[in-house]
Amino acid sequence: MQRLEKKHPRAVRWFHWINVPLLSLMAWSGLLIYWSNDVYRLGWGDKTLFKFFPDGFYDALGLGHRLAEGMAWHFFVMWFFALNGIAYVTYTFLSGEWRHLVPNRHSFREAWHVVLHDLHLRKEPLPPGKFNGAQRFAYTGVVLMGAGSLATGLAIYKPVQLAPLTALLGGYEWARFEHFWLTVGYVLFFLVHITQVARAGWNNLRAMITGYEIVTAGEPSHE
Amino acid sequence: MNNAPQRPDAEVARRMSRLTRRSFAVGAAAAGVGFLGWLGLRSASLEDRTPWPLRRMLEFNEKVGSALFRESALAPDFGADRVTEPRVNGWIGLGEDFDPARWQLQVHGSDGARPRFFALDDVKALPAVDLTTELKCIEGWSNVVHWTGARLADFAAKYGFGTKDGRPFEGGGRPADLARYVSLATPDDDYYVGLDAAAALHPQTLLCYAMNGAPLTAGHGAPLRLVIPVKYGIKNLKRVGTITFTDRRPADYWAERGYDWYSGH
Repeated sequence: MQRLEKKHPRAVRWFHWINVPLLSLMAWSGLLIYWSNDVYRLGWGDKTLFKFFPDGFYDALGLGHRLAEGMAWHFFVMWFFALNGIAYVTYTFLSGEWRHLVPNRHSFREAWHVVLHDLHLRKEPLPPGKFNGAQRFAYTGVVLMGAGSLATGLAIYKPVQLAPLTALLGGYEWARFEHFWLTVGYVLFFLVHITQVARAGWNNLRAMITGYEIVTAGEPSHE
Repeated sequence: MNNAPQRPDAEVARRMSRLTRRSFAVGAAAAGVGFLGWLGLRSASLEDRTPWPLRRMLEFNEKVGSALFRESALAPDFGADRVTEPRVNGWIGLGEDFDPARWQLQVHGSDGARPRFFALDDVKALPAVDLTTELKCIEGWSNVVHWTGARLADFAAKYGFGTKDGRPFEGGGRPADLARYVSLATPDDDYYVGLDAAAALHPQTLLCYAMNGAPLTAGHGAPLRLVIPVKYGIKNLKRVGTITFTDRRPADYWAERGYDWYSGH
């Protein structure tokens, strides 16, 4: 026997899907800006393992010589990105949804279990509940990264008026460095996220679209 | 939900497909609206090489920035050990047909007012101010530089600029008839910047004649350049030829090329 069970509130689904184009636009316009002074790399001393970014990357995506356009877009979309994120965080707190999202005292153990399970080192089924420990860390972490992007972004945007914030983040150049690496972090998050969504299957992804999941009797509920 | 009678699987599947169809329809409509918005922004008519809605947003950001601007907020002053030599990042307005010996600073108290002329010694007669601040380029790089010069605010106060009746104003106090903007241009008028009065009269805004302890070089704007740490490097005009106090929003070289007019920190 099966039944439909409400999983994701409508507001959360809207915030989530609206964030997709907004974060993409922020990363794209950020790259248009970054191209003008693309100094970051993986490496040490004279040894560079990977330069952010190879010329072919800019050429393929047409990112070069568009600094003014990048700034205009970045300072346009930033409001919508920030407001959507603030609305999401406000909603999760007021609705109590945060209880499913913020790591609790079981989360470390659970997250370790999930990692071993996904690496096929442990056979026991994944922990029950709406979000397991690994998801709690990931989804809370990415929201903190969003707050970090806003803070580092503001520190670069108004380094005189917000001089204490900029100093707290290590100064203007460090804030730019942090702002960049947070974006690399979103890309890594995205890769893991879509891999896990693909592994979890259609019923799980569909719940993020419709709000409902089909649950077979006898399976643990989300609540 | 848990108390509801359990439905047969086929009924559950039917309800789920109905929900899915509806969600996809709503999602497609929302994505369509978003895509149309994107196309609209991309094809909006350009104002100074920027789609007009983005230009409006830059102006809105400027209003927010101006409202939150505090003159008491100072650019951090760094130690001498962090000082570096900035690159010469542009030669616009620094043409070679220029004779520093014949240079004069031309200042208009208001639009159309007869100019008054000043020599470098008139600027050097004002209290010398030393700053070790970060010069930040919109491109993303920055340099800590030691600057020596006179406050533009001191210059305006001493020589009676900035107010419509020409009455000198005291530093700190801001008379009601203060000009709203200040415009600066190179002697050949090839490079020009517009500034809001609050930034132009900020205590760290200098008419600068020495950099890192030595007189300015030609590439860095000899004999006199603007140093304005509350703005991006593009506003730090080299080789000042003309200063105009005005109520009309002045033209700005880089704003005409797609950048933010305000460009303020």
